[in-house]
Amino acid sequence: MVEAAAVEHRFRPGDRVRVRRAYPPGHCRTPWYCRGHVGVIERYCGGFANPEELAYNRPGLPPVPLYRVRFRSTDLWPDYAEKPQDVVEIEIYEHWLEQA
Amino acid sequence: MSAETAGYYRRMQAAVEELLVLRGVVTREQIDAQIAAMESRNHERGGVLVARAWVDPAFKARLLADVRSAAAELGIDIGPIPIVAIENTRATHNVIVCTLCSCYPRMLLGVPPHWYKSREYRSRVVREPRAVLAEFGTTLPEGVDIRVHDSTADMRYMIVPLRPAGTEGMSEAQLAGLVTRDSLIGVGVASQP
Repeated sequence: MVEAAAVEHRFRPGDRVRVRRAYPPGHCRTPWYCRGHVGVIERYCGGFANPEELAYNRPGLPPVPLYRVRFRSTDLWPDYAEKPQDVVEIEIYEHWLEQA
Repeated sequence: MSAETAGYYRRMQAAVEELLVLRGVVTREQIDAQIAAMESRNHERGGVLVARAWVDPAFKARLLADVRSAAAELGIDIGPIPIVAIENTRATHNVIVCTLCSCYPRMLLGVPPHWYKSREYRSRVVREPRAVLAEFGTTLPEGVDIRVHDSTADMRYMIVPLRPAGTEGMSEAQLAGLVTRDSLIGVGVASQP
């Protein structure tokens, strides 16, 4: 675990992004339920060591940009049964995101 | 987890702990000191921050912008992991989960409750938050939206609950007592005086 580092980052709050629909082996911190879905950047959190590398005792550097991405619950689950205005916000690293 | 697998992990933990001590990586005293430090922290530290935010709007703004420096003003060290404070409003209620494992602001609030780590809470609160909140005895007014924060990576979260009505005359210390652990996670709201 490292503290936030300032890094070059591609997205700004309000940008629409799609989470890669990828299922690589190993450890990653991108929940399955958001893969392939479109959300909006809520904020940039800073740069952090890549957990996919840290998990194997590698340094995970240089730090990768981390964002909080906001998804509509009804986009994540078409049968979501509570309020249509509800959202889920998820921390996602930049290499999992593409412009939507 | 079955009793059999729980026993397996307990033995594995004991074996790893013994090896770390035998090989001089850490001492038994260091392990005990860390456990004691973790157990000495609890949600009361969150209550102190929230009560100050309720009485001092400028402090609330600083807390929402940067928990580390705001907490330091009150002599509270949140440790190395960034914490994001999220404010409940009359329009939006917030709740925290880690769907991947059990990430929790331990350095601020101490050990998480057992249910926070359960597969049931982690899988259901994103999918049917009101149903889960109802099981905690929490019913939101009609029209309030829910924002679920999935603590998947390097941030940890605390919720700043709404200040209850009828607390105008209360001292900051009394207000802090209304801030329950569940209200800091978002499955509850602050207690009524």
